[in-house]
Amino acid sequence: MSDTVSRRTVMKGAGATLGAAAFAHAMAPLTEWSKDLSVGEFLQKHYKELTRDEMGRILVHLKEETKRKYGRDVDIRDLPPQEGVSFGYALNLSVCIGCRKCSEACHQENNHDRRTGNSYIRVLEMQQGSLDLEHGNANYDHPVPAEGKYYLPVQCHQCDNAPCVKVCPVQATWKEADGVVVVDYNWCIGCRYCEAACPYHARRFNWAKPEIPAEEINPDQGYLSNRIRPQGVVEKCTFCLHRTRAGRLPACLEACPTGARVFGNLLDPKSPIRWVLENKRVFVLKEELGTRPRFFYFFDK
Amino acid sequence: MAASRHLLDYPRFLGRLLWMSTDGSWRFYTWMTVLTAIALVGANAYAHQLAEGMALTGMSDHVSWGLYIANFTFGVGLAAGAVMMVIPAYLYHDHEMHDVTLIGELLAVAAIFVCLLFIVVDMGHPERAWHLMPGIGRFNWPVSMLTWDVVVLNGYLVINLHICGYLIYMRFLGRKPRKQWYLPFVFLSIFWAISIHSVTAFLYSGLGGRPFWNSALLAPRFIASAFITGPAFVIVLLQAIRRFTGLPIGEGPLRTLTSVMRVTVLLNLFMLGSELFTAFYTGGSHATAVRYLFFGSHGHHALVPWIWTAVALNIASAVVVHLPATRRHVGLLNLACALAFVGVWIEKGMGLIIPGFVPSTLHEVVEYVPTLTEWKITAGIWAFGLMVLTVAVKVALPVLSGQLAASHAELGHISPLPPGEGRGEGIG
Ligand code: SF4
Ligand code: SF4
Repeated sequence: MSDTVSRRTVMKGAGATLGAAAFAHAMAPLTEWSKDLSVGEFLQKHYKELTRDEMGRILVHLKEETKRKYGRDVDIRDLPPQEGVSFGYALNLSVCIGCRKCSEACHQENNHDRRTGNSYIRVLEMQQGSLDLEHGNANYDHPVPAEGKYYLPVQCHQCDNAPCVKVCPVQATWKEADGVVVVDYNWCIGCRYCEAACPYHARRFNWAKPEIPAEEINPDQGYLSNRIRPQGVVEKCTFCLHRTRAGRLPACLEACPTGARVFGNLLDPKSPIRWVLENKRVFVLKEELGTRPRFFYFFDK
Repeated sequence: MAASRHLLDYPRFLGRLLWMSTDGSWRFYTWMTVLTAIALVGANAYAHQLAEGMALTGMSDHVSWGLYIANFTFGVGLAAGAVMMVIPAYLYHDHEMHDVTLIGELLAVAAIFVCLLFIVVDMGHPERAWHLMPGIGRFNWPVSMLTWDVVVLNGYLVINLHICGYLIYMRFLGRKPRKQWYLPFVFLSIFWAISIHSVTAFLYSGLGGRPFWNSALLAPRFIASAFITGPAFVIVLLQAIRRFTGLPIGEGPLRTLTSVMRVTVLLNLFMLGSELFTAFYTGGSHATAVRYLFFGSHGHHALVPWIWTAVALNIASAVVVHLPATRRHVGLLNLACALAFVGVWIEKGMGLIIPGFVPSTLHEVVEYVPTLTEWKITAGIWAFGLMVLTVAVKVALPVLSGQLAASHAELGHISPLPPGEGRGEGIG
């Protein structure tokens, strides 16, 4: 009896050792993963709870990290929303020709992954006479504008009643005072619930670590906008807040060759965006969902 | 009794259970070794996924949830369904069922572990899971449905652990369990079972931009299918337990569970029919995804074979479980259970999660096919769940049947059993 018991005990010990070794072996690829994991980043607080000092240190750390991982000196800032500013965007569908210069500019401005050619803007080629997205096509590959078609660029609508913000379980995404919906890339847990919730396909997930050659990196970066995002978090259009909060225009607007895009402060009665809203017949996409977008479409005629 | 007694007894109890869980016949060791091997393959695949990113999966920005969330959804149903056995036992005083309710609770515990693992492997940043902790993180409760799910799933786990733990511990001490310490929790677990599955359904039906999920029938359909998979699994499990442990498990529970299934398979088919009617007769945006699911669209039809297999399996299980011969032949009954189990697994997985994303919100058709990494991780998690279940059943049953009790434990050995009921026989 005691013999069998001790034999059993030895066997168990051997089994446990073997199991532990096999487990360690199976999990070995994790050393790669944990190298990228710093204690400071792991313990970092939510954006809204950071003091100025803490944010300063984080920005320094992020710059060093970009240098180490991507080989480029960059400037990362954390510009707050301006008092009395509420951003709005409008797009003239009569003049948009579907050239996708805006998507390209977005891709470069926001340091998107080069391998996937990502962009926050998707341009749909639509059937003349129909607003039904079912008849749209985002993967057209011929000279534009094509006969019988019009073009509908779609990006984040910075919804005032944003489903993405509502569903996020950890408040990693929220609406700023100037109306821009942002993501704290250092807080997002990567559940992609917001991606499922957004009715405008405006969110992107970093399925792998973004690849960008050092010379192509845009060094003018914001903590909440175009800094190079970590693997495993969700990102989105921020109306280029690192530019617009400094008084400049979004990159997509500057790139548009036809002047289809209008951007500005909704609270300023003399702004071009106000003129469009007051003088054009304006509509929003999927109004029935109650998302209350601050991205508007209009036709000239 | 003085609480100090428990301070001594309880660790000894846990120790005995732990030791017992690693004792067994060659069958048990083989079974556990196979499961461990599969779990390790899954762990290895997961380690790669964490390091290299979720690009290793077949998911995309268009189909942002895939096999993991599909299995999670199914697992919630299994967990909820397992506890449904409690209803006949306590609400209708079916005493034979009392013996097996505990098995249902143990299954629920294992299933919740599986669900939680599927959530973890679906996260881009699992090490940030503490952001979800109320107090130290930023818990977006009550606005986000996902936080509700976190609350109900963990609550359900705690409730079931308490019931199982308490009943087993009392038996271990050789004392009669006190009703006030478990009965209220048993009733609570029934309501809670409904809640975990409803909340999981609301997770999807609350998304206005996804017409396929935007149906009030989603939660009832979830519950109906939970009432299929739970009993189906338990029917097979009970027979395995009877076979491998020699524990006397009567025919009564099997009969009751079969009756439950007879109703729920039909109910499930009926609700599927109702959905199809609304989709195809009325049309609209809801129909686009349904059409893609059943017939494909614009030359894409990755889901078509899945859904028709699911429909065929569900119909077949409904037929078999109603055959008069099924009452006599346990083989037929098991067949019906297997058909129903796989049928619902496909229907609640590939048939429910994926069509929510295809076509996308901008009506692009981007298809999803799980990669080998996803299959490995999925298999690994289920294998781990089966390990948890095996160990749980294996340590619970000897205590319940009185083979292992505090008095024996103090002697350092387990009393011999009658011949033919080899001690420590594996479950499997
Ligand atoms: S468009 Fe999508 S991502 Fe942008 S605010 Fe609305 S729901 Fe959120
Ligand atoms: S992916 Fe990130 S931002 Fe989106 S819901 Fe999850 S935690 Fe929030």
